[in-house]
Amino acid sequence: MQPKPDWPLYEIFVRARGGLDHKHVGSVHAADASMAMEHARDVYTRRQEGVSVWVVRSTDIVASDPDEADALFEPARDKIYRHPTFYDIPKEVETL
Amino acid sequence: MYTQGLNELAARPLAAGQENPELLRRFEARIDAEEKIEPKDWMPEAYRQTLIRQISQHAHSEIVGMLPEGNWITRAPSLLRKSILIAKVQDEGGHGAYLYSAAETLGISRAELVDQLLSGAAKYSSIFNYPTLTWADVGAIGWLVDGAAIMNQIPLCRCSYGPYSRAMIRVCKEESFHQRQGYDLMLKLARGSAAQRAIAQDALNRWWWPSLMMFGPPDTASPHTALSVRWKIKRFTNDELRQKFVDFTVPQARFLGLEIPDPALRWDAERGQHVHGEIDWSEFQDVVRGNGPCNQDRLQARRDAHESGRWVREAALAHAAKHARAAAA
Ligand SMILES: [Fe+2]
Ligand SMILES: [Fe+2]
Repeated sequence: MQPKPDWPLYEIFVRARGGLDHKHVGSVHAADASMAMEHARDVYTRRQEGVSVWVVRSTDIVASDPDEADALFEPARDKIYRHPTFYDIPKEVETL
Repeated sequence: MYTQGLNELAARPLAAGQENPELLRRFEARIDAEEKIEPKDWMPEAYRQTLIRQISQHAHSEIVGMLPEGNWITRAPSLLRKSILIAKVQDEGGHGAYLYSAAETLGISRAELVDQLLSGAAKYSSIFNYPTLTWADVGAIGWLVDGAAIMNQIPLCRCSYGPYSRAMIRVCKEESFHQRQGYDLMLKLARGSAAQRAIAQDALNRWWWPSLMMFGPPDTASPHTALSVRWKIKRFTNDELRQKFVDFTVPQARFLGLEIPDPALRWDAERGQHVHGEIDWSEFQDVVRGNGPCNQDRLQARRDAHESGRWVREAALAHAAKHARAAAA
């Protein structure tokens, strides 16, 4: 017999301190968003690891495909002129 | 906590030779370069299956591991000890949750994982099939069992599978509290009355050998270690970790004034290591096969919890569906 399906999966993002980005920390199963929030609090912030939590239905996340990583990210590789270190500025020139 | 060499007892991975050789070559090159493998990346079936087995056994162990200590929550000798024990047991539940999450990224559902535990198809660490007879057992578990778990888990923080490695980093941060509260409890008993010292020694006597067994069968009997090491699921062998545990723990026992229940235990100055006596592997095999003192009780407790929680899970879903309909209307 197939086991009964799970509660939906939510991805959890925690802001560790004011001024920092929310960071993905893991996931929880919950019947709805408010339960996901409670579970996220219990599972991921038992030691004051956060000051703010986002919960997002996992099925609502659209992720890039690792097989397409080259097509997506390679074109940036040869554009070294986008980095400040590309430019040789004479050292007499200050504050640049 | 609590992985064990158990995954190797059950592992029957696809031969690596059956995989697409070009994909396998690229995968192994990434592993060699210490890159992490992430859920949507290509991976050999044997890697996926070994990880599902290992991470889920680990998760089940955290969950079943709540039972022996949970047994003492209502009888903790002070409010502070009770608060500490509740926090510790709650952490173990959290560890189970992190690990189930990591296992699910490999394409298995939580319901299937729970089903495997309840049906007896999945294993969990054999250490939890021993009973907690006295309050000192709570100290011995924190000190020895969580201590052995830390030994196992620190190298897993560098495991090649990203979600497992990240879960283990989180777990390891919390385990240190577990081990220290256990040692602190043992220290109080060891410095207490004769009766307190006696239960501390008795707990050490009963938990020492099962703790050594937590590292799994000896290397000579672990045929799958090589592949796990090559794919950086595992960084050290069972015997290496066990040795390290003994070397760390013997001086801690001496400080407590307690005696390790192993007459053959000695310091080998040449090797710079302790040498311990023979482990009774027949006891280990027997407990793994289901014949430990508490195997039946542990599984029954999980089945009862799952059954009596069923109406709550169903009601919560019905409630959520009703509110979703109301919001849509
Ligand atoms: Fe744990
Ligand atoms: Fe622990």
